[in-house]
Amino acid sequence: MDSFLSLFAEYDVPGAFWVNIQLTFWAAIWSFLLGAILALMRISPIASLQWFGAAYVNIFRNTPLTVIIAFGILGLWGQLNVILAEDFDLNFLRLAIMGLSIYHAAFVCEAIRSGVNTVPLGQAEAARAIGLSFLPAARLIIFPQALRGAVAPLGNVLIALTKNSTVAFAGSVVESSNLMKEMIEFRGDLVIPIFLIFAMGFVIIVVPVGLLTTWLSKKLAVSR
Amino acid sequence: MSAQQVLFDAPGPRAKRRILVGNIVGVLFVLGLIAWVIFALAGQGQLDAAKWTPFLEARTWQFFILPGLLSTLQAAAVAVVTSIVFGLIFGVGRLSHVLPIRWLAGVIVEFLRAVPVLLMMIFLWLALARIEAVEDPIFAAVVIALTLYNGSVIAELVRSGVHGLPKGQREAGMAIGMTRGQSLRSIEIPQALVAMLPAMVSQFVVILKDSALGYIIGYAELLQFSRRLGVGEGNLLQALLIAAVIFILINFALSSLANRLSGYLSFRTARKPKKDNTKKVVAMDATNTLS
Repeated sequence: MDSFLSLFAEYDVPGAFWVNIQLTFWAAIWSFLLGAILALMRISPIASLQWFGAAYVNIFRNTPLTVIIAFGILGLWGQLNVILAEDFDLNFLRLAIMGLSIYHAAFVCEAIRSGVNTVPLGQAEAARAIGLSFLPAARLIIFPQALRGAVAPLGNVLIALTKNSTVAFAGSVVESSNLMKEMIEFRGDLVIPIFLIFAMGFVIIVVPVGLLTTWLSKKLAVSR
Repeated sequence: MSAQQVLFDAPGPRAKRRILVGNIVGVLFVLGLIAWVIFALAGQGQLDAAKWTPFLEARTWQFFILPGLLSTLQAAAVAVVTSIVFGLIFGVGRLSHVLPIRWLAGVIVEFLRAVPVLLMMIFLWLALARIEAVEDPIFAAVVIALTLYNGSVIAELVRSGVHGLPKGQREAGMAIGMTRGQSLRSIEIPQALVAMLPAMVSQFVVILKDSALGYIIGYAELLQFSRRLGVGEGNLLQALLIAAVIFILINFALSSLANRLSGYLSFRTARKPKKDNTKKVVAMDATNTLS
C-alpha cells in the first residue's frame, strides 16, 4: 500500500489529467464553433458552401485522428515551421488542440445536422406560412429546436473528445497516457494498479458527462 | 426532417439572385483557401517535383506504403473478427435474464467504453512485453485494445438492436413454446444483426482509424512506414499526406457501403423510433464513425 501511495508522491497524476482537461476544454470550444459554421454551410441554400461543408466532413471524418495529430507536429511544425507559441510545450499543446478541433468539428457538424433532422417538417412549413424568410425561420423556429435535439449527439462528441485527448501523445504533449507509459516503465511492480488509476480517472470524468448530457437531452427534448 | 430543402421556400427571382451572389462568394472563398494553401506550400518548397517523384517509383510502394498498408489491414481485419465475437458474447450477456450475468456484462462494457483505447493499448503492450506471454506484444496489444473497445460498442449495438425490435417478436416466440433463450437466439438476435449491419460496418471504419494508434506504441503500420519514408526521402509532409489519402479512400468506401446498406435494409427494419429513444437512435446511426 505504501508503494502504491508513493506513486502519487513521485508522479504528478492530477497534473497529467489537468492537461487532458485543458486539451478537451479548448478543443471543445473550437470544434463547436467550427462545427456550427460547417453545419450552417451544409443546410444553407448555397450549393458551393454545401459542397465545401460536405467535403470537409467526409475528409476529416475518415482520417485517423493519430494521422492529424502526427501531421500537426511532423508536418506543420517540423516542415512548415508553423509556430503557435514561443514556449516549446505550449506550442505542442496548441498544435494538438488544433488537430483535435479540426477532427471533432466534422462530428459536431453532423451532430447539429442530426439535431436539425429531429425538427418535424411541419415546423419549417408553419414558419414559412406565417411569412418568415430563411434566416428568421432558422433563428426563431428551427435552431432552438434543433439544438435541443442535438444535445445527446453533441454529448457523445464531447465524451469521445475527452477520451481522444490522449492521442495528443502523438503530438509530443505530456498528458495522462504519456505519464502512464513512463510510470509503468519505471514501476514494473505496479503495472495493473497504475493502469487502473488512469482508467478510473477517465471513468470518473466520462461517466458524469454522459449522465449529464442524457439528463439534459431528456429535460430539453421538445415533446412531440 | 430528412429533406432539408424544405427549410427554404422555392426561390423567386430575388432569392435566386441572392443565392447566385452567395454562390460566387462561396466559390471565391473555397478557391481562395485552396490558393492560399498552394502558395504557402510552394513558398516553403513543398511542391518541388523532387518531393513528389518518390511516389512514382515502385520501390516506394513496394518497401514502404504497401507493407504499411498490409499491417494496418492485418491488425484491423483480426480486430474486426474478434470484436464481433466479443460483441456477440457481451451483447447476449447484457440481455441475459440472469441478473448477475447481465450486471457483470454491463459493468465490463461500460468500463471499456469509458477508457481511452490508447490507454489500454499502452498498458497491454507494456504488460504483455513484461510477462513475455506472446511473441509479438505490439501486434497483440493493438488487436486486443481495438477488440475490447469496439467489441463493447458492438455489444451495445446488439443490445439496442434487440431492444428496438417490436415486442410481438418475442411474444410470438413465447407463444409457440420457446424459452426466452431460444427466442433470443433464433428469433431476436438474427433480426437485430440485420438491423445493426450498417452501424457495424461503420464500426469497422472506427477500427481502421484507431489501428493508427499503433503508431504511438511503435506498430509498423501505414503511418509509421510513411514517417520512415518521409524521414528517409526528406518529404515527410508528402508521405503523411499520401498515408492520409489512403486512409480516407478506404474509410470513405466503407462509410458509403454502410450508407448503402442502411438504405437497402431500411425496408426490412422500417419502424417508427419509439418516443424517448434518442440514445438508441444515436447508437444505431450508420454515419457515426466517432470512436
